[in-house]
Amino acid sequence: MANKLLSLENLSAHYVSQQGTRVVRAVDEVTLSLDAGETLGIVGESGSGKSTLALTILRLLPKAARIVGGRIMFEGEDLVDKPEAEMRRVRGKRIAMILQDPMASLNPLFTIGDQVGEPLRVHEGASRSSAWQRAIDLIKSVRIASPQTRVAQFPHEMSGGMRQRIVGAIGMSCEPRLLIADEPTTSLDLTIQAQYLDLLRELQRAHGLALIFITHNLGIVAKMCDQLAVMYAGRVVEQGPVSRVFSRPLHPYTKALLGSIPRMTEEREQLTAIDGQPPDLANLPAGCSFAARCPAAFARCQVEAPPAFTVEPGRSARCWLVAPAVHASIDQTIPLSRSAAS
Amino acid sequence: MTVTTTPLAAAAAAPAARTLKLWRLEGFPLIPALILLFIAFVAIFADFLAPYDPQIGSLARRFRPPAWEAGGSMAHLLGTDHVGRDVLSRLIFGARVSMVVGLTAVLVAGGIGTLLGILSGYLGGWVDQVIMRVVDAWLALPALTFAIFLAAIVGPSELNIIVILGGVYWTRYARVVRGEVLSLKQREFVRLAVVAGCSKALIMRRHILPNVINSAIVLATLMLGVVIVTEASLSFLGVGVPPPKPAWGLMMADGKKGLMVGYWWLTVFPGICIMLMVLSANLLGDWLRVKLDPQLRQL
Amino acid sequence: MKQFIVRRVGYSLLSLFLLSVTIFLFVRVTGDPTTLLVEPGASPEDIENMRQQFGLDRPIWVQYWLFATSFVTGDLGQSFYYRTPVLELYFQRLPNSLQLAAVAMVLSLLIGIPSGILAAVRVGGFWDSAGKTFSLLGLSLPQFWVGLVLILFFSVYLGWLPSSGSGGILHLLMPAFTLGWYFAAAHMRLTRSSMLEVLDSEYVKLARLKGLPEALVIGKHALKNALIPVITLAGINLVVMINVAVVVETVFAWPGIGRLLYEGITFRDFPVVQCVVVLGGSMIIVVNLLVDILYAYIDPRIRLES
Repeated sequence: MANKLLSLENLSAHYVSQQGTRVVRAVDEVTLSLDAGETLGIVGESGSGKSTLALTILRLLPKAARIVGGRIMFEGEDLVDKPEAEMRRVRGKRIAMILQDPMASLNPLFTIGDQVGEPLRVHEGASRSSAWQRAIDLIKSVRIASPQTRVAQFPHEMSGGMRQRIVGAIGMSCEPRLLIADEPTTSLDLTIQAQYLDLLRELQRAHGLALIFITHNLGIVAKMCDQLAVMYAGRVVEQGPVSRVFSRPLHPYTKALLGSIPRMTEEREQLTAIDGQPPDLANLPAGCSFAARCPAAFARCQVEAPPAFTVEPGRSARCWLVAPAVHASIDQTIPLSRSAAS
Repeated sequence: MTVTTTPLAAAAAAPAARTLKLWRLEGFPLIPALILLFIAFVAIFADFLAPYDPQIGSLARRFRPPAWEAGGSMAHLLGTDHVGRDVLSRLIFGARVSMVVGLTAVLVAGGIGTLLGILSGYLGGWVDQVIMRVVDAWLALPALTFAIFLAAIVGPSELNIIVILGGVYWTRYARVVRGEVLSLKQREFVRLAVVAGCSKALIMRRHILPNVINSAIVLATLMLGVVIVTEASLSFLGVGVPPPKPAWGLMMADGKKGLMVGYWWLTVFPGICIMLMVLSANLLGDWLRVKLDPQLRQL
Repeated sequence: MKQFIVRRVGYSLLSLFLLSVTIFLFVRVTGDPTTLLVEPGASPEDIENMRQQFGLDRPIWVQYWLFATSFVTGDLGQSFYYRTPVLELYFQRLPNSLQLAAVAMVLSLLIGIPSGILAAVRVGGFWDSAGKTFSLLGLSLPQFWVGLVLILFFSVYLGWLPSSGSGGILHLLMPAFTLGWYFAAAHMRLTRSSMLEVLDSEYVKLARLKGLPEALVIGKHALKNALIPVITLAGINLVVMINVAVVVETVFAWPGIGRLLYEGITFRDFPVVQCVVVLGGSMIIVVNLLVDILYAYIDPRIRLES
């Protein structure tokens, strides 16, 4: 535990309505960890809580939400109780984040140089001119041609792929230990996506950067990530090394996700989609949140939410099916049909 | 033709049904609505409510202060003006003037504006260009200036003022309605009607019109306040509803004469009336805007 | 960019044309030109002269031509009351209105912008509610009432400020405040909504993610973007202020063009009225044009779009 770069322990963040009546459990009891230099992929459908998790780590939740429990251990410090002034020194400098839409992330009225150099001026007290120079170097490091010209331009003068590289340059400017990328390639063209991912890998190797990659695209996970965490309805339902999870998924949701990807080598008549909808995070069911859509659900699943069971070191799943004592349990023998649970 | 348009007409009628039972909705500004109703009530029953004839005064009783001040009496609850007319009665009849002028002007402006907005938006082409260029040119002139100009030409009278205000404010309607129509044109039920071969006039009347009524109503409530202020301003400047008819703005203009010597009641009371009416109309309009049509939030 | 300017200028010229046609038609068609354009009490020869001069018995487009050319050459007629060319009167009084409007504008921005920012940053809080109340009052109260109440308080009861005429700062305070009051509310409203929109944007989110201090996030990233529409509106409003000041100038007897308009309608001095209206509308059209072009220069997105 001591040498983990980032360790989330039972982290929960809820949105509470003004009257206190409606509670949305956007992030619920998340336990994850990451070593320096590692890449963690967080996968889930929209609304699973993955983006909220990223904002929680950086303590940038909207006013209606707050952290209700758990710890965020980063380089040995707990970020949950850090005062805001200190937290600001963490953001951008030790932990950086890249957002999804590069056009919207860049302020249209300021030059690229200004925006790239800004973290340097704020965190390292760099002067305007030195920040400008370093911005040019940073633009070069994200493989953009003629950085001298680009530095004085405005965001709308660049293509989408270039802008996303600039956002990456901003993220890297203060040499953070951890970079969180929230769906950075979703708004890019396919041909550009691959180049961008290569760039991120290169930056990672050059700087010893730890990377958290938030995506719904399992292909990217396969290419980029060492570890994988699958999120569903605000909880991590399975995690482990990517190769292990892919070859032997434990949780039915993970199995369904992997099964829904069409593969060239298979012969299948239909794509298997997952029936049903994700649950309303304000009204989570009593038992396992996936039970209603799960093909392998049985009585216990409806009643009690499973904790995360460690199957091997570094590999766990929140499912009764992998619980060690399950085989001896009586309830287990009565599988429910899916149609009863719609 | 009737067979194909009936279901479409039903679909188009649905949004209009939303406007009923407004007062049950949350956040309904009860007090402003009641104030407006009260003013309307006073306006309608002015003849029975006012203690005196608003246009007849007795010079012997001029500049009496309100009843609670020294020199006042219960006979003239809110005092008298510079020719001895009872302020309370003039306020009551003034409500009638404000209501009549305000509502009618808003209806006229709304009618013209909605009609031209629909034509402009739906027909497009040169009709649109012509109407919109005129709207833009007219909008360049501030409403008050324009109204003063027109009043100077045709001379003030109650009817003239209504027509003038209608003629000045329709442009705001036309703009908004045209915008709505432009987006409505793209909707399925309109396109279906076109494909079914309905005439343009029919489509505009049965499909477009019911759907822009919502915006028109919201705009009307917002405009009511503005129109009343303009009417009061015109009266204040002397080109509004002509004396001796009591208009609140006119009362304030008269009251100015006595202001420097401290006859405050001639200015303050009409002002409060105007303020109450305008505030209520604005609050109601704001609430309506949020409830009826989220698209209009940028108005 | 050039194309944009040309198009925009052409558009303004068209608006000017339509405005002049409107004014022309209203006078000729709905009004009675013989009573409007001649002094009250004029002799039959004077009336006949006027008919000749304005070509009242000739086709309407000839009349319009005479009308338009006389304006372009600067001949807007003579005031019946003052017996001097109307244009002269206008430009004599214009600086006073400008002075009043400038001070009123400064006041409205000083009040409007900070309260708008505060209301947006503390959305839903006390400042926001206070701001909403202020904007409602500002937009609802008629100017002349605000002015009269101020006079009642500060001139009659407290005796601190003079109630009419122009002179020093003291004379300027109440009229400027009255005039600026409505616009302060309008500017506050726009600042607030613009700021809210900007605060919700992705680039503000990224600015926070960069670890920038909140003051920098709001003061640099949010503010510049949010103020663009406000400044645009303020520029146009300055000229609008000059034109709607008629009520304020009347209440406070301020010698500007608003008061000139009031005199025009009170003394049935139509050339004066016509002049103020025509120049007023033209002024606004021109300012709109200038603001649009200026906007194109400031916002780098439009500047390089050609």
